[in-house]
Amino acid sequence: MDLSAVAFYVFSILIIGSAAVMVFAKNIIHSAFALMFTLAGLALMYALLFAGFVAVTQLLVYVGGILVLILFGVMLTTRGYFEKVKTRTVNLLPSTIFVAIIGVLLIAVFTTTEWSTMPLEDGEVTMTGLGELLLTDFMLPFQVAGVLLLLAIIGAVLMASSARPPHQPPQAEQPDHPDEDPKNIS
Amino acid sequence: MVLPEWLAEPGLNHFLVVSAVLFSLGLLAVITRRNIIMVLMGIELILNSANLNFVAFSRYGLLSLEGHMIALFVIIIAAAEAAVALAIVLNIYNRFGTVDVEQISELKE
Repeated sequence: MDLSAVAFYVFSILIIGSAAVMVFAKNIIHSAFALMFTLAGLALMYALLFAGFVAVTQLLVYVGGILVLILFGVMLTTRGYFEKVKTRTVNLLPSTIFVAIIGVLLIAVFTTTEWSTMPLEDGEVTMTGLGELLLTDFMLPFQVAGVLLLLAIIGAVLMASSARPPHQPPQAEQPDHPDEDPKNIS
Repeated sequence: MVLPEWLAEPGLNHFLVVSAVLFSLGLLAVITRRNIIMVLMGIELILNSANLNFVAFSRYGLLSLEGHMIALFVIIIAAAEAAVALAIVLNIYNRFGTVDVEQISELKE
């Protein structure tokens, strides 16, 4: 049992264990931090698969970006103290059975299929090949991804900055809660 | 302690099993948790399990560097999705005062 096998098992225990903590934790802050360990473990797993650039991108974008965004979302949508941030869990037993069936089916399909594999060679540096692919075969998706990110950022800023612009009078078709403080609803 | 052959040498199937377990846990989070942000975290977990599949196939299978490229594009889409989704969540919270997906049922009535 060589070092890469030990690393694989350590990383997979880290990933699956913290993902389970994420799913079953009552406090949503605990869930967010468990998600951080899952994402960092996945970055390590990519490094184990000789996908260095994907691993670094995973760390930068997920752990550095999306997770911070999620934590901000938790903080901005919470009233009161963070120690009391509890979330509801519904239909735990039937959905666990359903998901277990799906998981067992997936594992059965994955392990019984004869995948066409190549003989394993040593990993090489992937940065050069990725750069060449990005500027030749994947040129159009690369540009479209840039435009998509720009649109997403503009849309997110527009949506999050002001839900009701101050120069518009309050609409009359909301008779349920016209002038209340929105925090008092429900 | 002597491990059996299939356990001592992690191959493609091992990574696929890890990804299947991750997918199931993400699906469980999406189904059972009622907080919108927990649902978003479950979606991130599902996207990551798909990414792990792509990278594993590009290491062991016939998918060479294209697997890495697809994984990178999935990460880009996930970033855009998280930004837009959290903006929507903030709007929902401003309007309804809650982020419980079962109480946000105005369109049903």
